[in-house]
Amino acid sequence: MRPLLHIGTDTLALADVAASLGDGAGADGAVVTFLGLVRNHNLGRSVRYLEYEAYEPLALKAFERIAEEVAERWPGARLALHHRIGRLQIGEASIAIAARSPHRGDAYAACRYAIERVKQIAPIWKREFFDGGDVWIEGATANPDDERARREAERLACA
Amino acid sequence: MRVTVRLFARLRDIAGASELARELAPGATIGDVWRQLAGEFPELSQYERSISSAVNADYARMDQVVGDGDEIAFLPPVSGG
Repeated sequence: MRPLLHIGTDTLALADVAASLGDGAGADGAVVTFLGLVRNHNLGRSVRYLEYEAYEPLALKAFERIAEEVAERWPGARLALHHRIGRLQIGEASIAIAARSPHRGDAYAACRYAIERVKQIAPIWKREFFDGGDVWIEGATANPDDERARREAERLACA
Repeated sequence: MRVTVRLFARLRDIAGASELARELAPGATIGDVWRQLAGEFPELSQYERSISSAVNADYARMDQVVGDGDEIAFLPPVSGG
């Protein structure tokens, strides 16, 4: 079984990320999962494939931080987070998230919060290879202590 | 003292290396390391206000003083997920 937090070149599956959370000893009423896929179009470009890289030790620490934030914000909720790196083809999964909780509302919110936080603070990058060239995608400046960004992730999670 | 600098994504492409060794004066900060690199690779300067930095795989501020043997990482804006 994979660990709760994982980064690797192997393919991802929702069943694996959900199973890594265990059975909750019967206290949980919901598991919500999210699978992020490589899309064949971005900003008007025809995407051929993506290459992901990570600063792995820091990325795993960022995942730990996100899991701790989830446990603090939604008591009883637990998170599993698997991210793939290397070359990914169209339609393949880049990230798999599972949130498990006594109640479905918290599981949905925790799952959405986790993907927003990954995009904010995990040191992971994608390079897009499209018809006619390639480009590094650059999103947020990673700052785990940026409370405004964290609140924005929480707002999206609870919308 | 000697540190290892790790560069990722486009920063690595600009510098042409994922890892560099650099000699620093005692008391140097992460910001000093960055300015030294930006002097060597002027294209890095465009990231002045958007990079994050880490020391020994923990996020750190640019004014943090670095120690002998530290691994300093510079991270362009992230795009995981």
